[in-house]
Amino acid sequence: MRNAFNDVLIDIARKDESLVLLVGDIGFRVFDDFRDEFPDRFYNVGIAEANMIGVAAGLAMTGMKPVVYTIIPFLVMRAFEQIRVDLCIQDLPAILVGVGGGLSYDTLGPTHHAIEDLAIMRSLPNMQVLTPCDPQEVVMTFREGFSHKGPTFLRLGKGGEENLLTKNTIKDRVPGKINTIKTGRDILFICCGPILKETQEAVDILSSDYDCGLINIHSLKPLDTQSLADNFRNVNLIVTVEEHSIIGGVGSAVAEIIAQSTINVQLLMIGIPDIVTKQIGKRDYLLKGHNMDSKSIAKRVHSLIVNRRN
Amino acid sequence: MNSTNIGKLEKISLEIRLKILDIVYKTPGGHIGGSYSVTDILVALYYNTMKHDPKNADWIDRDYLILSKGHCCLALYSILEASGYFDETFLQSYCHDGGLLGGHPKKGDAPGIEATTGSLGHGLSIGCGIALAHKIKEKSNRIFVVMGDGEMNEGSVWEGLMFASQQKLNNLTIVIDNNKLESLDLTNNILSIEPLEDRLTSFGWDVRRVDGHNHDELCKSLSSYASTTDKPIAVIADTIKGKGVSFMENVPMWHHRKLKPEEYQIAFQELGG
Repeated sequence: MRNAFNDVLIDIARKDESLVLLVGDIGFRVFDDFRDEFPDRFYNVGIAEANMIGVAAGLAMTGMKPVVYTIIPFLVMRAFEQIRVDLCIQDLPAILVGVGGGLSYDTLGPTHHAIEDLAIMRSLPNMQVLTPCDPQEVVMTFREGFSHKGPTFLRLGKGGEENLLTKNTIKDRVPGKINTIKTGRDILFICCGPILKETQEAVDILSSDYDCGLINIHSLKPLDTQSLADNFRNVNLIVTVEEHSIIGGVGSAVAEIIAQSTINVQLLMIGIPDIVTKQIGKRDYLLKGHNMDSKSIAKRVHSLIVNRRN
Repeated sequence: MNSTNIGKLEKISLEIRLKILDIVYKTPGGHIGGSYSVTDILVALYYNTMKHDPKNADWIDRDYLILSKGHCCLALYSILEASGYFDETFLQSYCHDGGLLGGHPKKGDAPGIEATTGSLGHGLSIGCGIALAHKIKEKSNRIFVVMGDGEMNEGSVWEGLMFASQQKLNNLTIVIDNNKLESLDLTNNILSIEPLEDRLTSFGWDVRRVDGHNHDELCKSLSSYASTTDKPIAVIADTIKGKGVSFMENVPMWHHRKLKPEEYQIAFQELGG
């Protein structure tokens, strides 16, 4: 995802002289090409995130288009009030590119995990929240965010993610709208970000017993609520899967839609529980620890249905 | 600057203080103490130093003024009105239901308000961004950020101070309204920023110190643009909170307070109204 971001960044910078990149001393060698080609538009502002956001606001106020890059907790939590006041209240066109969504900084521990960011960013007026699932979608969402007139939060993984979207699903993809990867009448899975991989595998496991649908969300805000509600009417169970706290992310957004409608459907929210992760290990290990690997997801869904029948 | 021009600025400062007094008296209150300490600084900037056009607030060649100590917006609003950015309906509606101007500046509420401020410690970084953009574009506009001494308790300010000197933003000038009081007590008794001159110098700034109520000193210091040096400029303006009204001067209670009728009368007379 990081490399895809770097490629699209350079491509846009060649065409648009207003693009300025600010990094918070993060991204070793990732931006060497950008820095070499655009030395007057690359600034490592140091480990000073509050100032970085203010500088981005000042740049945006004078017609530049700042792209701000660092690790998510330092970007959106350390500098939250600057984001709220300088970017959102003033409604300025800056793109905050956060690296390390979910548990992708696995062994670095809970200081570096990003599991509350979607809830926080979703709560801010004017903020657009984009959650690409693979390198291909990073390119698309970054272009969409760059053309946005207000602030954008773009959530990346860490690096090394594989492409998940097929040519057909990309062809059907409409910016800002939900992307239906598979239709199904029994269970509807909804997810965002690279956890799509585990969700797809869970769907494959369950497909021998259930007719499963799968929707990928790349725009958590604004959210395509009408299309989601239309899909909710046709299924018996909705399962949201997110590499984020179960508080305030995709599951919460879906619950808000259901709660404000007349739709009668059960919702299972799979995400990171409201605890501090104490386990140490790689991302796959941590996902398994939170029962979010594909087998655990399938097992939890199956158990819920069996218990419901009994 | 000759004595006639200094006299004009002093007269404008008095008119601005009377305007602030009138508004605070008519509303549930306002930050009058800090507005009075910063009045002369803003008058010197708007009426002497800065390139700006009240009839064309977004003029591309203008100098920028960010009032980082946004709670003292009554001084800014009064000057913007007096210099012709907007008519009296704006100021008369200050903090009233459905009003046009609130208790802190919000960009877009009226012409001339460059940035939304009020949460302390934001203005310098925004000013750094504007200054950097003008460096990139090779434009000569100057950017002024007016801050409070209490505001310098914020860590973000020191991030901004490092950034500005690192990036050689000599088109950026901060003016510190050094009234030495915060909301509850003396800055020195809360979280001291001294020795301020030494600290700013060691952070790579061109530091100047003036009497913040002396227009001659203010104008000379603000107008001498250090184009031959790479350093951003810091003007420490020593001021008095509540300047001009004897019972307000250096009294923390007047950080934010409503005026009683008898207090209004005394203040009105002392200001020469």
